[in-house]
Amino acid sequence: MATDTVTNSTRDEVLRRIRAATGGTSDGGVAKAGWEGIARDYRRKGTREREGVLALLEDRLRDYDARVVRVAGGRVAQSVAEMLAERGVRRMVVPVGLPVAWLPAAAGAGGVEFVVDEGLSSGDLDDFDGVMTGATLAIAETGTFVLQSVAGQGRRAATLVPDYHLCVVRAEDVVETVPESMAQLQRTAGLATTFVSGPSATADIEMTRIKGVHGPRFLDVILIV
Amino acid sequence: MSGVGLDPKTAPTFPMAAKAMLGDTQLRKNVRHATDVIQGKRARVVGEMPDWQELREAGRQIRQHTMKYLDFYLEEFEANCTRAGGVVHWARDAEEARGIVVGLVKASGSDEVIKIKSMTTEEIELNTALEAAGIHAFETDLAELIIQLGEDRPSHIVVPALHKNRQQIREIFQRKMNLPELGERPEDLADAARMFLREKFLRVKTAVSGANFLIAETGGVCVVESEGNGRMCLTLPETLITIAGIDKVLPRFQDLEVMLQLLPRSATGERMNPYNSIWTGVDAADGPRVFHVVLMDNARTEILADEEARQTLNCIRCGACQNACPVYRQTGGHAYGSVYAGPIGAILTPQLQEMQHAQSLPYASSLCGACYEVCPVKINIPEVLIHLRNRVVRQNTAGVAGFFDVEAGAMKAMAMIFRSERRFRAVQRLGRVAEGPLVHKDGQGEGWIRWLPGLLGGWTQVRDLREMPKETFRDWWERRGDNGN
Ligand code: SF4
Repeated sequence: MATDTVTNSTRDEVLRRIRAATGGTSDGGVAKAGWEGIARDYRRKGTREREGVLALLEDRLRDYDARVVRVAGGRVAQSVAEMLAERGVRRMVVPVGLPVAWLPAAAGAGGVEFVVDEGLSSGDLDDFDGVMTGATLAIAETGTFVLQSVAGQGRRAATLVPDYHLCVVRAEDVVETVPESMAQLQRTAGLATTFVSGPSATADIEMTRIKGVHGPRFLDVILIV
Repeated sequence: MSGVGLDPKTAPTFPMAAKAMLGDTQLRKNVRHATDVIQGKRARVVGEMPDWQELREAGRQIRQHTMKYLDFYLEEFEANCTRAGGVVHWARDAEEARGIVVGLVKASGSDEVIKIKSMTTEEIELNTALEAAGIHAFETDLAELIIQLGEDRPSHIVVPALHKNRQQIREIFQRKMNLPELGERPEDLADAARMFLREKFLRVKTAVSGANFLIAETGGVCVVESEGNGRMCLTLPETLITIAGIDKVLPRFQDLEVMLQLLPRSATGERMNPYNSIWTGVDAADGPRVFHVVLMDNARTEILADEEARQTLNCIRCGACQNACPVYRQTGGHAYGSVYAGPIGAILTPQLQEMQHAQSLPYASSLCGACYEVCPVKINIPEVLIHLRNRVVRQNTAGVAGFFDVEAGAMKAMAMIFRSERRFRAVQRLGRVAEGPLVHKDGQGEGWIRWLPGLLGGWTQVRDLREMPKETFRDWWERRGDNGN
């Protein structure tokens, strides 16, 4: 195809210019060794004990105006029911693979309808009040949780279009620093991954922070301890 | 040749544009307020990091290392991205990049696109090219929407509409969204944007984005944002076209641990920005079915070839240097005549333009060093500025550069004068007589000179000069001695 030829010659030309500028073709082995030699004297691991890490996460999340509660494993469904009642939501979308025990059906859902996302259209998603998911991990120091396209966390669109997000995080999945989170994510680095830190926000108008321009405006986190 | 697409070739030189901007007090007020707020937030969240300097050093080394082996990492990115189902294209310059994107949008069957804020697409003036091809582009970042509806130009890398205040934004939205009743609280304005864009997100099938980082190890792309409009564009459409400078690559996934700490704290003064999206090729069950990446040179290889200026490419576009720069804070971004304003613009723009245009930009700095202090990847901007000034002087003898040669000549004459007391006194006396007709009194009765003749004119082009004292210190000292007090 004609376009392929054009693209190939462009590619070769750009690479030729790079090599002319840097003094020749890079040797992969040398590049790798050079990368290993980069000084990384920053903090790799946190220093806090367990309780300190969880308290830090809560503090950071609240700083973003998220609501956070700690519950014991057996009481998640109850806590979900309370959160949803307070928020006044009626229709929730949930990803395939979300632990059934977290859903308040047995505990009395208070009339909330849960619909499993099996390829709903964007328009369908727009009709939900909220979404509920798990998370791969959370980073205490920045008040961040990380979602990936896996069972229980679902498609990226589902956690984006509804106006409310309820995220359930296990205490054992909370790390203190960003480097600790990246080390854990390395195994699944190829999955679609979203770092979420607080509800969507902008400061474009006179630097006043406004919540939820396009993504969810309200965020709650349940921390299972 | 390569660096085409930016505006500065038609824009007035910095000294002329800056003069006009200095007269716009509203703009200066808005810029000062915005940069003050970001700087305050930045200082607070940087202050809570005990290892900030170590992170900066790691950031610098990662970027420097990447530039040294750029061919290797780009090929690695291409191979991994392709394996994951992405299609990689290469563009030598802005024109090629525009051609590829327009072609891909047409092939997607759409005559509309939704866009994430991207300085790279601003750099190549993509929207104009899309319109010319009958494709309407909707900017979805709130600031970019303000710019687009206001038919304006961005004035900051991170907060492109910081020169507008809420009344001005309200007026634009009232007019362009047909909302006469719209309030002026920031919440009202954000709600209007949400309503206006929601329908586009759900309808338009093709999106165009930039990239904050390309990850060679995985073939993944990372976009950092706040509002969720980025996620909308990356997630909902059927086709996604990402355009990135070849300088955006990072060697390994792990390197994000450094960049994701440096960038949000430097850019918006947040510990982490609300959303970071990382995606690799296509995923059958999640997001677009078709994904293209356009890797663009557009004069970046020429910067790479200049060893002293190469560090310019390390920039991660956080905008911290703009907020810290006393010159930018006075003039705002438009005076730079380019989408890259402030200190980074002063070194990047002339290089993207092969020094043909924007030659006054390396002089748009007081070399105070504030930009170097805040730069999260330790780019020594003052050093590059001086290197570029040398290049301007060396490469040209006419035009704007010729004028700066004159400044250099004037400095030599000054040195000669200062070396001799007799000459110095003579010049002082002469100056007091000669300045007479040029002095204007201000409201406080102080005399100011706004314009000097001939060779000295360059000095007053960018600053007012205080009138010379009626009596010099030396004269006073001697008189005091004579009178015996
Ligand atoms: S030069 Fe440094 S401070 Fe300025 S935008 Fe680039 S990375 Fe940020």
